[in-house]
Amino acid sequence: MGLIKELIKGLRVTGGTMVRTIAGDELVTTEYPHEMRVKPQRFHGRHVLNRYPDGMEKCIGCQLCAGACPAQCIYVRGMDNDPESPTSPGERFGYVYEINMLRCIFCGLCVEACPTEAITMTSLFEISTTTREDAIYTKETLLMDRRGNVPHMFPDDELADLDELDTADGWLRATAPSGVAAYEGVQMWQGTPGPADWSPEPSQEERDRRAGDGEEDG
Amino acid sequence: MTWPEFWIVVLRVILTFGLLLVATLINVWAERKILADMQNRIGPKRAGPWGILQTVADGLKLFFKEAVTPRKVELGMYLLAPFLAVVPAFLIFMMVPWGKPFTIAGNEVTLQGADLNIGLLFILAMSSLAVYSVVLAGWASGSKYPLLGGVRATAQAISYEAAMGLAMVAVVMFTATQGDGGTLSLAEIVERQAGTWGDIIPALEPVLQFIPRWNVFPQIVAFIIFFIAIVAETNRAPFDLVEAEQEIVGFHTEYSGMRFAMFFLAEYVNIFSMCAIAASLFLGGWNGPTFEGAVPAIVSGILPTVWFLAKTYFLIFLFFWIRATLPRLRYDQLMQLGWKRLIPGALAWLVLSAFVISFRQFGAPWSQ
Repeated sequence: MGLIKELIKGLRVTGGTMVRTIAGDELVTTEYPHEMRVKPQRFHGRHVLNRYPDGMEKCIGCQLCAGACPAQCIYVRGMDNDPESPTSPGERFGYVYEINMLRCIFCGLCVEACPTEAITMTSLFEISTTTREDAIYTKETLLMDRRGNVPHMFPDDELADLDELDTADGWLRATAPSGVAAYEGVQMWQGTPGPADWSPEPSQEERDRRAGDGEEDG
Repeated sequence: MTWPEFWIVVLRVILTFGLLLVATLINVWAERKILADMQNRIGPKRAGPWGILQTVADGLKLFFKEAVTPRKVELGMYLLAPFLAVVPAFLIFMMVPWGKPFTIAGNEVTLQGADLNIGLLFILAMSSLAVYSVVLAGWASGSKYPLLGGVRATAQAISYEAAMGLAMVAVVMFTATQGDGGTLSLAEIVERQAGTWGDIIPALEPVLQFIPRWNVFPQIVAFIIFFIAIVAETNRAPFDLVEAEQEIVGFHTEYSGMRFAMFFLAEYVNIFSMCAIAASLFLGGWNGPTFEGAVPAIVSGILPTVWFLAKTYFLIFLFFWIRATLPRLRYDQLMQLGWKRLIPGALAWLVLSAFVISFRQFGAPWSQ
């Protein structure tokens, strides 16, 4: 008798789910190519090399990302900037920057290691290729253009959801200083990669003054 | 045999065959769709409206795939086994009456592949024959896992066939009291379930006259045993140890392409045939209100077929529901259920119903 009771209990679960599904309950699956799931803020997708708002590259070719990489899939070679027309604000810039996407484990340690937030991750995940060579992303593929657009492998493809590029990298957001109370109302990051549309960072005195105000208020 | 008679035979065989094929195509799709609903998913929806052509697409794919022949197979038996699975599956359904007989130009047309007077025996024989396909496929593959799978499947099929046969015997015995002598013809068994139970107990006639004269009411235990046995017989979850693709490898591991598709086809054809037989034996087959006179003749002619399909699909839906609900049995549990529960249960029910039937027919033994 106990067995029959359990059987009816189980049948009620499946039958109930069926009725609810037909009645229009939310499905656990999505029709993927046509309908993208909203990905979490800190989704570890393919990498992107960022630029400063003035168009300069953020990468300074320091190779800390390559050192942090547990899969050893990053290869960086730095080069001295031309003083007349520098590529990056620092002394050096990333001359060669390659990531082997077949080896990458998408752990994000390169993002954490980067001192200038030059490398971040996007929420793009459709990165399959037909040859192994295509899986090695060079600077050409990784670096965003001066308008802030990330090169996409299949921009015309049905699968490509370029709107996802408008979502900020969660890591950037989490480490942006606007989380500090003193910076309330001051925008320090923006939703999209590329040239920023916020006003220049306040001066040190201004920042000290704000911090002081914050303390007094507290 | 005159020409009209010949064409009627051809027509009804083609109709029965066509019905079975279409029903099978819909079955595979319906199973996937219903399982999807039960698991809060979408299910197939790309091929055709609501994905109804998904089975056709899968079939075409399998048809054009290479059928790999492994090196160590016994070629003759290996090639024969898929046909041995499909042919009995189709022949079983030929016994099932799926509509009310009607007359065209003075010739009676029975909507049934063939009306054998040994219909039930033929069904049992064919379902036993289908076991050969499993054991031969397992053995001829020349590989150890299919062989073990084949042996397992054979043991299962034989155990549950006994319970199935015993449940059928109870129905046949009961049917003998419902008309002029005993019969094994499925058409005759269905016809004897027409009407209601109104006259069986005069005192309860106001209530009983609304209950159709289906065998399921007096033979409820036989129905339950028969239903469990056909679930096991068609190798459906929770008795699908024959395939058990997740953990124990099944008998058709070495088959691919169309040869594999034939085993798959046979399974779904069997589901439909077995549910149709259960509906005919216990749920009155095509019997049901036809509203003759109130609706056009064509409607009341088609309605019996609709009733038959509705009853069959109700049972098929139960199959799918159970599959979505129950986990697979362990092998010893399977054997215990078969030999220690179902067969003794079926035997006890057989003796009990024999006693009741003879009591009703000849009176109490002490009264003579």
